[in-house]
Amino acid sequence: MAVATRRTQGLTDKQLHYCPGCTHGIIHRLVAEAIEELGVLEKTVGVCPVGCAVFAYEYFNCDMIEAAHGRAPAVATGVKRVLPESVVFTYQGDGDLAAIGTAETVHVASRGEKITTVFVNNAVYGMTGGQMAPTTLLGQKTTTTPFGRQADVAGFPLRVAELVATIEGAAYITRVAVNTPKNILRAKKAILKAFNVQIQGLGFSLVEVLSTCPTNWGLSPPEALRWLKEKMIPAYPLGEFKAPEGGV
Amino acid sequence: MEKVLMKGNEAFGEGAVRAGCRHFFGYPITPQSELPHYLARRLPEVGGVYLQAESEVAAINMVYGAAAAGARVMTSSSSPGISLMQEGISYIACAELPCVVVNIMRGGPGLGNIAASQADYFQAVKGGGHGDYRLPVLAPASVQEVIDLVVTAFDLADKYRNPVMVVGDGILGQMMEPVKLGPPPEVTTPPKPWATTGTLGRKSRNIINSLYIEPEELEKVNLRLQSKYRRMEEEEKRWEEYHATDAEVVIVAFGMVARIAKAVVDKMRKAGIPVGLIRPVTLYPFPDQPLVAGSSGPVKAFLVAEMNAGQMLEDVRLALCGRRPVHFYGRTGGMLTSVAEVEGKVREIWEGLK
Ligand SMILES: Cc1ncc(C[n+]2csc(CCOP(=O)(O)OP(=O)(O)O)c2C)c(N)n1
Ligand code: SF4
Ligand SMILES: [Mg+2]
Repeated sequence: MAVATRRTQGLTDKQLHYCPGCTHGIIHRLVAEAIEELGVLEKTVGVCPVGCAVFAYEYFNCDMIEAAHGRAPAVATGVKRVLPESVVFTYQGDGDLAAIGTAETVHVASRGEKITTVFVNNAVYGMTGGQMAPTTLLGQKTTTTPFGRQADVAGFPLRVAELVATIEGAAYITRVAVNTPKNILRAKKAILKAFNVQIQGLGFSLVEVLSTCPTNWGLSPPEALRWLKEKMIPAYPLGEFKAPEGGV
Repeated sequence: MEKVLMKGNEAFGEGAVRAGCRHFFGYPITPQSELPHYLARRLPEVGGVYLQAESEVAAINMVYGAAAAGARVMTSSSSPGISLMQEGISYIACAELPCVVVNIMRGGPGLGNIAASQADYFQAVKGGGHGDYRLPVLAPASVQEVIDLVVTAFDLADKYRNPVMVVGDGILGQMMEPVKLGPPPEVTTPPKPWATTGTLGRKSRNIINSLYIEPEELEKVNLRLQSKYRRMEEEEKRWEEYHATDAEVVIVAFGMVARIAKAVVDKMRKAGIPVGLIRPVTLYPFPDQPLVAGSSGPVKAFLVAEMNAGQMLEDVRLALCGRRPVHFYGRTGGMLTSVAEVEGKVREIWEGLK
């Protein structure tokens, strides 16, 4: 019998530790499939963050490095400058990428570093217990904004894709979501394109993925998907913010 | 052998190139600027990469990535910048990656100033960052020794899969001295089968990590690290002795202060006072043998001289365990310890012994 579908070679057999209904797992699969489909699994080096994805080195079936909180783009830069032929990606949450690691994010883009960043925006610090993230929505309750995020106290949500798209060295910047099958397919395409941009040496690529955190949002998995659609997408519009002219 | 005139900071750079280092990541800070200036020119000549990072935090993490990918890699900075690197150095120590970090120390604390200082001794030899870790610390005292010890630093880093620090100060960095370069040493980099270079040609994945969520596992890692540090303590202590065997007063000083102390020893010997010098070349592991040996010989008192408020002093006292009196002379804030001042202190000790 023909094999209709199989598990991607881009992931190990290790059971994921993510909470039920968390979409980190879907994003892992999409990244792994993209690397496998592009035939670059054996020359890929991944860099994982500090955040819920801290154990990603156990899941991606390639050489992996665990970086300090926020520093994955710097670590990836070190790898890529030593091994220019390799494919290097970082996988980072919003606290990691857009708070403690903002400088690294901006400068990896400004250098046009030929790496790919997968940015998981779940509007909260998942790992440390649901604190406010730079991407937390106005009015959103978190453990450190118990009355909802107020702009005059805690500032405004940071739109990373829009911000990074203004940087000259950024070649491909897009925002996707993984809340519906259709959006998941789109996310897959975006991730493939981001890796292609790297492989073709066009510059820095970043895919922002709107993701759920049912645990810290205090919602059931289906409610979390609805919340993502109704609250997050209006604040974080989907689409390409920058793409190489002439396509990839 | 032909001698060339070289600035200390440039010698750090040339030493790295001679050691086969082809990757440098750093962030500008005085008084080490000539080092990155030199490498920005020199590394591209030898097919290497010089990259100016957005901060010392980024620089040390680039070093982490480059070392993980198997390269001989270096960064350099001065005191405040080294403080920013400490989290990264702790990660590198736990992940057991080789790299070399240069600290051209300046006056502190705080923004302090750019004058010569040795006030980062504690930070360098007692861990610096979080967790139980150590790194070999080398303290050259001449431009020639800079070149030689930077090569040694890379070898030690690879031998132990550990970060190695080389410390100097603004005087050593700015000073020009003739150096014998000779043909470049044969670089023997050990194979790095653990490096994250992509799995091609390998059966299993490589992972560079410092996370061990189970305390039992992390303790095992710590025990392994500790046994590595004990091995360093057995095999890597280095020091220089100058008129120390028959001395009754022994000055203990490192780096540029040891140069000053040598002048004091010469002067005292001419005056018929038996003074000697022990100069630790490795600050960690600390060379306690010559001190202990000295204390069972004719030495009646030790004088620790430093450009800080008394940091190596603690290691000297620990080594001697009260066997002999240990005196101290130090200047802080970037003030230089002068020959006259050290001489005055030595004479005071000598008079007290009579
Ligand atoms: C230097 C440092 N500061 C703080 C932390 C604690 N910390 C761990 S993960 C995290 C935030 C993670 O949030 P995010 O990046 O959004 O990832 P998520 O868990 O939501 O996927 C924080 C603050 C740390 N490990 N290191
Ligand atoms: S805490 Fe949130 S982000 Fe982390 S695994 Fe659970 S659901 Fe996912
Ligand atoms: Mg998050």
